[in-house]
Amino acid sequence: MLNELLLTLQDANTQWVLLGTILLGVASGVLGSFALLRKQSLIGDAMAHAALPGICIAFLLYGTKSIGWFLVGAAISGLLATYFIQAIINHSRIKEDTAIGLVLSVFFGFGIVLLTKIAQSENGNQSGLDDFIFGQAASLVGNDVRVISGIAIVLLVITWLLFKELKLFTFDRQFAKGIGLPTGFLNALLMTLIVSAVVIGLQAVGVILMAAMLITPAISARYWTDRLDRMVIVAGTIGALSGILGTILSSMANRLPTGPVIVIAATVIFLISLVFAPNRGLLSKGLKLYRVRKSVAKETVFQTMYDLSEEVSLSTTNFAFTIAQLEERRKMPRRKLESILHQLQKEGYVFQQVSGKWRLTELGAYKAHEITMNNRLFEIYTMYEMKFAHLQSKTNDEWHYKDLPAKAVEDLTRLMDVHERALKLNPVHFARGEKYHVKAPSQSTKKRKKEVNSS
Amino acid sequence: MSYGAWIMLTGSLVGVSCGIIGCFLILRKMAMLADAISHTVLLGIVLAYLVSHSLEGIYMLVGAGIIGLLTAFLVQVLHSSGVQSDAAIGVVFTSLFAFGVILLSAFASKVHLDVNHALMGEITFIPWNTLTIGGMDLGPSAVWMLGSVLVINLILIFTFYKEIKISSFDPAMASAIGIPVMFIHYLLMSMVSITTVASFDSVGAILVVAMLIVPGATAYLLTDKLLVMLIISAGVGVVAAIGGYYAALAWNISISGSMASIAGMMFAITFILSPRHGLLSKVIARKGIIADQS
Repeated sequence: MLNELLLTLQDANTQWVLLGTILLGVASGVLGSFALLRKQSLIGDAMAHAALPGICIAFLLYGTKSIGWFLVGAAISGLLATYFIQAIINHSRIKEDTAIGLVLSVFFGFGIVLLTKIAQSENGNQSGLDDFIFGQAASLVGNDVRVISGIAIVLLVITWLLFKELKLFTFDRQFAKGIGLPTGFLNALLMTLIVSAVVIGLQAVGVILMAAMLITPAISARYWTDRLDRMVIVAGTIGALSGILGTILSSMANRLPTGPVIVIAATVIFLISLVFAPNRGLLSKGLKLYRVRKSVAKETVFQTMYDLSEEVSLSTTNFAFTIAQLEERRKMPRRKLESILHQLQKEGYVFQQVSGKWRLTELGAYKAHEITMNNRLFEIYTMYEMKFAHLQSKTNDEWHYKDLPAKAVEDLTRLMDVHERALKLNPVHFARGEKYHVKAPSQSTKKRKKEVNSS
Repeated sequence: MSYGAWIMLTGSLVGVSCGIIGCFLILRKMAMLADAISHTVLLGIVLAYLVSHSLEGIYMLVGAGIIGLLTAFLVQVLHSSGVQSDAAIGVVFTSLFAFGVILLSAFASKVHLDVNHALMGEITFIPWNTLTIGGMDLGPSAVWMLGSVLVINLILIFTFYKEIKISSFDPAMASAIGIPVMFIHYLLMSMVSITTVASFDSVGAILVVAMLIVPGATAYLLTDKLLVMLIISAGVGVVAAIGGYYAALAWNISISGSMASIAGMMFAITFILSPRHGLLSKVIARKGIIADQS
């Protein structure tokens, strides 16, 4: 296996192809990132298809296969296609996706017409033109690779030099215009860069799969970072990696076409990113959701214990409850409830009495009191959201009254009294299971409400 | 019937089936999903062959139908897991297509399926491949297949016309009044898949997209009524097919390519000259407003 790999890598032709696919992968990854962020991923697909008539016309005019002239022809027809797409969107009721599909298919159809015209002509040089539709990386010769590499490097250098401008333009076109950037020029430039990447990719991976080279590495990179500079680097790396994997795999296995294998390699990297990327990946999202659910469930149990204690507090201080009582109060599957209670027992928050009833430990009682306090204050906060706007709309997850300014807590507590949502159990006594002291409102509720509203 | 007539009939059937389905795709802003499905049916066809070892139309229809639905499903899954929709379409269709091409090249010696043919189609061979039952020649099998698909589509659209219409124009209202929006979505996707694969053989995968999108877009610029739009779209499909055939005959070029080109030209003319939504009428209207103001 390894020997075979080394043998493959020693082959001069493979080395050329490898260099070509790596540079192609980097260039399309980098430019694809811009296309993706501008929500123009499928423009690459459209350009790749629209390049066909341009290539054919270049061939008809020049009379022989020349990647330089093909580039010019493809760039012109690709840009013309994007211009048409824009014109259709701007001047009719037709939406973007329809406009893209329309221009793409009509240009491609016209390209096929030209292709059949070329096939009939007496010119013997037309063989290999088909490769532009499906791609044939293995047929790349040294000279092609030199042109591909040269152009890829030029594209990368332009992107590097104008990175700041392109970044501004991508994220905030209006702002870019406002500070005097030539947005029209930048748009045309970006389109030209993308169409050039498409053209150099055509011979290696073909029309349809070139769209994948622009989309897949970019969308994979999006999972790993939120910063454009890093995203561009990651996308370029993923593009290169796909190029390497695809070229090596296809040269080792007979009859596997390089372009599709490169695309499959990129797709595998995408799937890995989709599942395993930190923060945005499905696995990490799932884990986060699991943790949140678990902590919410725990809080619910604490709160339920507290609520029940508060209810029975007039007659008893034995705050122990059966599992049926807890279940009754908060609809929660019994198995889940039991597992949470055992978990809390391990953490020292609750214990089970001989009677089988559950009771909060001293530590648990403080915790339950705190959680209830927090939840009720949040309740009040949502009732008076405008009044507490300066707290800047905290969501339930990140809300904690201990992080709030003392003044706000004081106001909220006062309002809590007014709405008779004040906690009836004194935490110290509650914790020790002692007789407690319920604080009676000092003034009549009505009067206090007035006072709060006027303040 | 003559050779040319069969080709025109086949082309027209493609034009009508695709044109009608295309209208809904355009109204639902799913044109690019049609593009995606018309690429991924290649995988469906190859898989159908590998499973059934036969090139019978019916296996192809089933295989393509399944893969078409899978495409729509995967796009939906990716989109709901946070991938923006155009990128989701791009990732799904290119990878399924690449997989199809790999399978095709790996088994190329056994499958009589030419990638070139699959993408460009060869409508010129349609009249030779006839359906014979009990020794009777019933005409090209492609005509029978396309005809059946058209009838199925028409029955489905007729049955669910109201549901499809409401869910196309106002999905939120549709789900509010209890229309199974998801079911309608996948029903349409199945219709797109089977229409694509039935047309695939004659005009090729990529040019199906032209027939799906261009007539519908043209009709969309000419009317505000769904039923009228469907009829115009079907009409544009037929004109493109017949016009394309004669143009191909005159210049000796690819028939499917010239059909797409003619359809594109019809769109361009409509885009400029449409009485209400055209470029020219808008320019005139704007001039009129300016003249009124001055």
